[in-house]
Amino acid sequence: MTASLPSSPWAGRLRGLGAALFSLAATLLGLLFVTFIIGRVVPIDPVLAIVGERATEAQIAATRTALGLDQPLWQQFLIFVGNALQGDLGTSIRTGEPVLQAVSRAFPATLELATLATIIGVLAGVPAGVLAATRPGSLADHIVRLVGLMGYSMPVFWLGLIGLLLFYGVLGWVGGPGRLDAAFDMMYEFEVTPVSGMILIDTALAGRWDMFVNAISHLILPAGLLGYVSMAYISRMTRSFMMNELGQEYITTARVKGMPEWRVIWVHAMRNVLVPLITVIALSYAYLLEGSVLTETIFAWPGLGSYITDALMVNDMPAVLGGTVVVGVAFVLLNLLSDLLYRLVDPRAR
Amino acid sequence: MTLLSVKNLRVSFDTEAGLVEAVRGVSFSLGRERLGIVGESGSGKTMTGRSVLRLVRPPGRIEAEEMRFDGQDLMALSERDMRRLRGPRIAMVMQDPKYSLNPVMKVGDQLMEGLRQRDRLSRSEARAKAVAALEAVQIRDPERVLEAYPHELSGGMGQRVMIAMMLIPNPDLLIADEPTSALDVTVQAEVLSILDGLVRDRGMGLIFISHDLRLVARFCDRVLVMYKGRVVEELAARDLLAARHPYTQGLLNCLPRIGGDRGPLPGLDRNAEWAR
Amino acid sequence: MAIIAWLRDPNPASRRQARLGQAYLGWLRLRRNPLAMAGLVIIGLLLVLAAFAPWLAPHDPIAQNLQNRLMPPGTPGHLLGTDDFGRDILTRILYGARITLSVIALVAVTAPLLGLIIGTVSGYFGGWVDGVLMRITDIFLAFPRLILALALVAVLGPGIENAVLAIALTAWPPYARVARAETLTVRNSDYIAAVRLQGAGSVRVIWGHIMPMCLPSVIIRVTLDMAGVILIAAGLGFLGLGAQPPLSEWGLMISAGRKYLFEQWWVATMPGLAIFIVSLGFNLLGDGLRDVLDPRSAGK
Repeated sequence: MTASLPSSPWAGRLRGLGAALFSLAATLLGLLFVTFIIGRVVPIDPVLAIVGERATEAQIAATRTALGLDQPLWQQFLIFVGNALQGDLGTSIRTGEPVLQAVSRAFPATLELATLATIIGVLAGVPAGVLAATRPGSLADHIVRLVGLMGYSMPVFWLGLIGLLLFYGVLGWVGGPGRLDAAFDMMYEFEVTPVSGMILIDTALAGRWDMFVNAISHLILPAGLLGYVSMAYISRMTRSFMMNELGQEYITTARVKGMPEWRVIWVHAMRNVLVPLITVIALSYAYLLEGSVLTETIFAWPGLGSYITDALMVNDMPAVLGGTVVVGVAFVLLNLLSDLLYRLVDPRAR
Repeated sequence: MTLLSVKNLRVSFDTEAGLVEAVRGVSFSLGRERLGIVGESGSGKTMTGRSVLRLVRPPGRIEAEEMRFDGQDLMALSERDMRRLRGPRIAMVMQDPKYSLNPVMKVGDQLMEGLRQRDRLSRSEARAKAVAALEAVQIRDPERVLEAYPHELSGGMGQRVMIAMMLIPNPDLLIADEPTSALDVTVQAEVLSILDGLVRDRGMGLIFISHDLRLVARFCDRVLVMYKGRVVEELAARDLLAARHPYTQGLLNCLPRIGGDRGPLPGLDRNAEWAR
Repeated sequence: MAIIAWLRDPNPASRRQARLGQAYLGWLRLRRNPLAMAGLVIIGLLLVLAAFAPWLAPHDPIAQNLQNRLMPPGTPGHLLGTDDFGRDILTRILYGARITLSVIALVAVTAPLLGLIIGTVSGYFGGWVDGVLMRITDIFLAFPRLILALALVAVLGPGIENAVLAIALTAWPPYARVARAETLTVRNSDYIAAVRLQGAGSVRVIWGHIMPMCLPSVIIRVTLDMAGVILIAAGLGFLGLGAQPPLSEWGLMISAGRKYLFEQWWVATMPGLAIFIVSLGFNLLGDGLRDVLDPRSAGK
């Protein structure tokens, strides 16, 4: 009797990938459609917003044609999709700048914040979740649960305000709002080449360690607070996944073999926990991109969230919708990434 | 010579619905022989087996007047000393390899884990031993199986891997908890005969847990019949057909026989008296 | 005590006794969880405070009194201090509880209903209807909720009704998923076939016989989601897109206190605490309920 091993593990993997890519395309199209609909039902006339109240009839008509607004709705949608695929998300009414250009300037700042926060969330959340799962009902378990639930329950903008009040206003431990002290802001603009748009990477590449340290002092508070929110989610999910795995029979097998408890937990159970946990981490990363909308306004962080909310205040719909599309696309891409990683970690999914 | 002696073993679970006693005062002793434990599901046979390894999950609690293995008091050992017994001295094969093998670890890594971690063997030495162990359970292409993941193996293969893994450190006592119940009927006999041969050759003690009375009778020297957490009858396997207890007789009678009448099988008669 | 014996009877005589017995066991398990009980107390307290706000509140929530502006907490007559218009913060928080509760109630009625309809229709008809509806659900799930709500409110115009609408429009997909899964399990059962044989149309089968079966799991999901709804509503209020001044919505109050953060910290802090405590209450209760209803995650 021989084991029946699959002939080519790649065939199945490619088929799965094809399905994933198809659903990605469909979701992206739906995303554009929803934004398109939102943009069309807006009570503000986009033509008037561009040409102004005092334009002549001819000017209005010309702009209407230029925007394709005289076409039937489905053609307008096709134009919208075509433009979006070519990277044209419209032009901001407020600044006259193409939305994509402004968004790609703002995005790295958001990415930097969300990435650091996710790292903090994983480093704190996974061990905390494991600790709680291995001692269910203990004091440690209750503390982890409570701290996690508190993170779930705090409005992130309020948490930002309190953090600012405490660590900046009262204690003076961290830099205030913005990405750098005012003194460095100018210098950054002129002396550091924006390679990645992420301040920590760019200042490090330029060897400007004084700026790097200053940037950390500004980044640490918003990243720490968002990291706490992420940790709340990750620790809860880790706990529940870990408890589920610890109830499995293969854990008993490992114990029967006489393996020490750390190995049972961190090797046997953890490898299995990792499978669903990857999705959770990707999801929490995506939520941080979203959570940054409110956090960035508090910390005057020149990222995507600030861009969207600023545009919102002045009814700059192309900018709002363009920003929304970009966040949506980032969401979808993160989903795809977690799907790929999932296949990598779980041999059964290959 | 007594390898294991258990006196008045109790396993209880404290749940919201009240105290549930899975095992209520079970006593037996075992030399280097084969002991079968039979009973329906829920009779406490699995918990009895796991108590010997002290692997009953909380909130389950194990109590015993005495539980001695090879002169050591299992109830008094530290968790650390208990771990030294698990694997090299006492091992266990569980019911379904689909669940008892780690799904995301290669078979080879699971087989070699004990050798690498406990015995500190080099990778090549451990691999050689793992290959030998797989050959001992009559797996023909061990090298390929070492690189496979559990879901790529059939049930019979998986259970052989499990047996190989448990027998690598040459334990003195093996607990086999329904080792063939999850397998296809055609594979059952093969796996059983492999297990039989290995246990005989190495002269270990065996606790064979099953719901299948005839199988146990053929395979073991002695049989304990359990009902609702208690031993209702203990007898030599060859005397099984002459069992006196009505419960044991009931278990025997509800099996179909080739050449027997084709009438409906009798239902199992349960009597609250026997659980006392 | 006879009733407890009846509830705990291991051999229930009727289906109702068995079900009530299960519920009683669940309650016992919930009661052993101190955190869940704390959550229950918080929500109960919120309901009482909101209901009796006009009698409990020491001042008028809207009347301005500029001589009393920005008084610190502990000032006689103003336990939590006053805001920039001299209004008592405690009073405003108590009245704000009513707004929060009505937002929760409205979302808790609309979003699950929408999800139920989409989910049951999708599951009942299957085929291309299912394909299309579930694709739409996926698209809405792919959207970041808060940002979609922001965009919707931006279009609809700020205001509490529009905020509720936007939240409901972004909150339904998970309910649709749950309802669809439940529908699939009952769709082919005999009693549905019996109803159909009696000549009932699809609408009647779905509305009268399938939706009631989906209700319990959807209701559980709603309890778990309420904290998230509170936070999103507060976020919209904070950005000026939800309730409008002079309403004492908690998110709006925080945003008003932002200007005075470093000098008069209490103006922004107090309403934030209220949001935090209430959503913590819902989370604690939801967490405990999940443990009771899903024994797998309880780990015992």
